Amino acid sequence: MRTMTFRDALREALHEEMARDESVFVIGEDVVAHGGPYAVTQGIKERFPNRIFETPIAEAGIVGAGVGAALAGMRPVVEIMYLDFITCAMDEVVNQAAKMRYMTGGQASVPMVIRLPCGVGRLLAAQHSQIMESWFMHVPGLQVVVPSTPHDAKGLLKTAVRSPDPVLFFEYKRLYVAEGPVPEDEYVIEFGKADIKREGEDATVIAIGPMVQKALEAGIALEDDGFDIEVVDPRTLSPLDVDTICASVAKTGRAVICEEDSSFAGSGAEIAATIAERCFHDLQAPVVRVGSPHVPMPFAAPLVDRVVPGVAQVADAVRRVME
Amino acid sequence: MSLSADLCLRMYRDMWRIRVFEEEASRQTGLGTVQGALHMYCGEEAVAVGVCANLRPDDYLLGTHRSHGHCLAKGAEMDRMMAELFGKAEGSCGGKGGSMHIADLSLNILGANGIVAGGIGPATGTGLATKIRGTDQVSVCFFGDGASARGTFHEGLLFGSLWKLPVIYVCENNQYQQWVARKNVAVVDSVADMAASYAMPGVSVDGQDVTAVYAAAGEAVERARSGGGPTLIEARTYRFHGHSLGDRQEYRSEAEVEHWRQNRDPIKLLAAYMRERQWLGDREDAEIQSAVNAEVEASVAYAHGCTDPSPEAVTADVLDTAWRVTQ
Repeated sequence: MRTMTFRDALREALHEEMARDESVFVIGEDVVAHGGPYAVTQGIKERFPNRIFETPIAEAGIVGAGVGAALAGMRPVVEIMYLDFITCAMDEVVNQAAKMRYMTGGQASVPMVIRLPCGVGRLLAAQHSQIMESWFMHVPGLQVVVPSTPHDAKGLLKTAVRSPDPVLFFEYKRLYVAEGPVPEDEYVIEFGKADIKREGEDATVIAIGPMVQKALEAGIALEDDGFDIEVVDPRTLSPLDVDTICASVAKTGRAVICEEDSSFAGSGAEIAATIAERCFHDLQAPVVRVGSPHVPMPFAAPLVDRVVPGVAQVADAVRRVME
Repeated sequence: MSLSADLCLRMYRDMWRIRVFEEEASRQTGLGTVQGALHMYCGEEAVAVGVCANLRPDDYLLGTHRSHGHCLAKGAEMDRMMAELFGKAEGSCGGKGGSMHIADLSLNILGANGIVAGGIGPATGTGLATKIRGTDQVSVCFFGDGASARGTFHEGLLFGSLWKLPVIYVCENNQYQQWVARKNVAVVDSVADMAASYAMPGVSVDGQDVTAVYAAAGEAVERARSGGGPTLIEARTYRFHGHSLGDRQEYRSEAEVEHWRQNRDPIKLLAAYMRERQWLGDREDAEIQSAVNAEVEASVAYAHGCTDPSPEAVTADVLDTAWRVTQ
C-alpha cells in the first residue's frame, strides 16, 4: 500500500469530497496562500476557485458564516488557524452550531466541519498550543473527532464532511508530517467506532491522538517487561465507543488512559469514569491516567518536555497497573 | 415606490396579527399557560411587516430574542407559534425552542436567536451560500441596537460587504438595550452611520411608518437581489413594553411610553394614512380586527388542544442519529 503524510491524507480527503459534492467549500484565514500554515488546503484554489474563501482575521465571523451557510444547505469546511483561536468564536460553536437542531425541534441541520490544528508544534507557548477536546465533548450537539494516523485522518475527514451535524476535527500539529499507509480506494470511517491499534492481553491503553503512536512504542518496550498491552484508539471522543473500550478492559482487567491535554477534567476523565461505572468488577488495579499537568503550555523546550507526556510515561503507567 | 391599497391593507392586517398575538401571549403568561420569558415586539410591528412585505418565501430570515413579529410577518403559522409558547409537541419547534427560538425552515425562517447579534454571522453565511450557488434569494437579519456593540455585528458586516453578499441587515433601534438607554452607552446616534465603516449603504428610517420601512427595504432587497450587495437599515422604533414581561421599567418614564403609544403607534399611523386615502373605513377596520381576534383565539384553542412533548423527545434532535456514513 502507498504511504503518505497525515497532511497529504487530509488534503486528499478535502479534494475528493469537494469533487464529489458541490456544496462543500473551504473558508478560513490564509487558506489560499501556501494552502494555509499547514498546507492542508493547498491546490484547492486552483481546482475549485469559487469554493474557497480567504477571510479577514475574524473567527466569530468565519464560524458564524459557516453556520449560516450550513443552515442554507452548504457544507462548509472551516479552518481555524490555531485551535486556540476558536475561543473567539465560542458563541458560534456552542450556542449556534451545536444547538440549532435541538432548538428548532429537529428542523435545522448544521453540516459544518471545523478543522483545528492543535497541540504543541514548534514552540509557540500558551496561546498557540492548546487542545481543549474535553471542552467540546461537554457540549451536546457537537461531534469531536481526533485522528491519530494518516489513514484515519483521511477516512474520518471524509465522514466529517458528509455528516449532517457539526464536527470539531482535531489535527495535532506534530502529526502533520507523520507517515503511514493510505489505501488508494475510496473509504470512510464511521464515527463512534474505536480502533484497536494493537491487540494484547495484559492491559488496555486507551490513547488519544498522538498518544496512540507513543502507546505503540511503549508496547514494544513493555514486551521486555513481559507485558502485552492492547492499544485502543477511540478516534472519535464524541460519540465515544464505550462498548469497545469496556470490552477491552473486561478482557485485560487493567486500564491506562493517555492524552496530551491536561488530565484534570480532560477527555480521559470521562473515559475513566465510564470504566469505573461499567467495568468496576473487571478491574484488577485502579485506572491510571497519563496527561499533562494542569498548566498552560510553556515556551522553553525543557519546560515543554515536562508538560507533554511521552513514551516513558505511558510505559511507567502500564507498569503501575501491572503491579 | 407606490403603495397600493391592497398592500397597505395586508400590512395593516399583519401588524394587527402581531399586536393581538403578543397581547394574547402576554395574557396567557398571566394565566400560567405560557411560561418562560416573553420579549414583546408591540410598537415595532412596522419594521417586521414593512421589511417582510418585500420578501419571497424562499428568502432567508434570521431573528432575535424578540422575534414573534418577524416570524408572523414572514408567514409562520400562528397556531404552531402559540403551541410553541405553550410548550407543546405540535409547536413550531416541538416545545424545544420556546419564544426565543421559533423557526420554520420550510419558510427559510432560520430561527429567532437568544444571543444578541447571534444571527448576524449566520445570516451573512446564508448570503454566502446564495452567492456560491448563484441563486437570487436575499437574506434578512433583524437585530436590536444593542447588537451594534457586539464584535459579531462588525465581523458580519465586514464579510457581507467584502463578498458583496445579498444580505439586508435591519437594526431595530428601539432605544433601549435591556434596561439601559442607548444614548447612555452608544457613541454614535444612528446605527446606520456605522455602515460607512464597511463601505455599504446605510439608511435610517422612521420605524413607526410602515410605508417608509417598506420603501427602504424594497430598495435594499432590489439591490441585494440584483447583485449589488448588502445594506444596513436602521429603523428607529420603540418598545411599548419593557425588555421582557415583568420588567418594572424604572429606567424610563410612563409619560415617554404613553407619548409613543398615543402618537407613534405604527398601527394607528397606517390607519390614518389609509383613511386619508379612503382605503380604510370603519367597517373594514372592524372586520380586519375581528378577523385577527378570531385567528388569535383559534390559535389559543389549538394550543390548548395540543399534547405535551413525550418524555422520549428529550433526547431526540441532538444529532441526526439515524444517519450513517456511506461510501
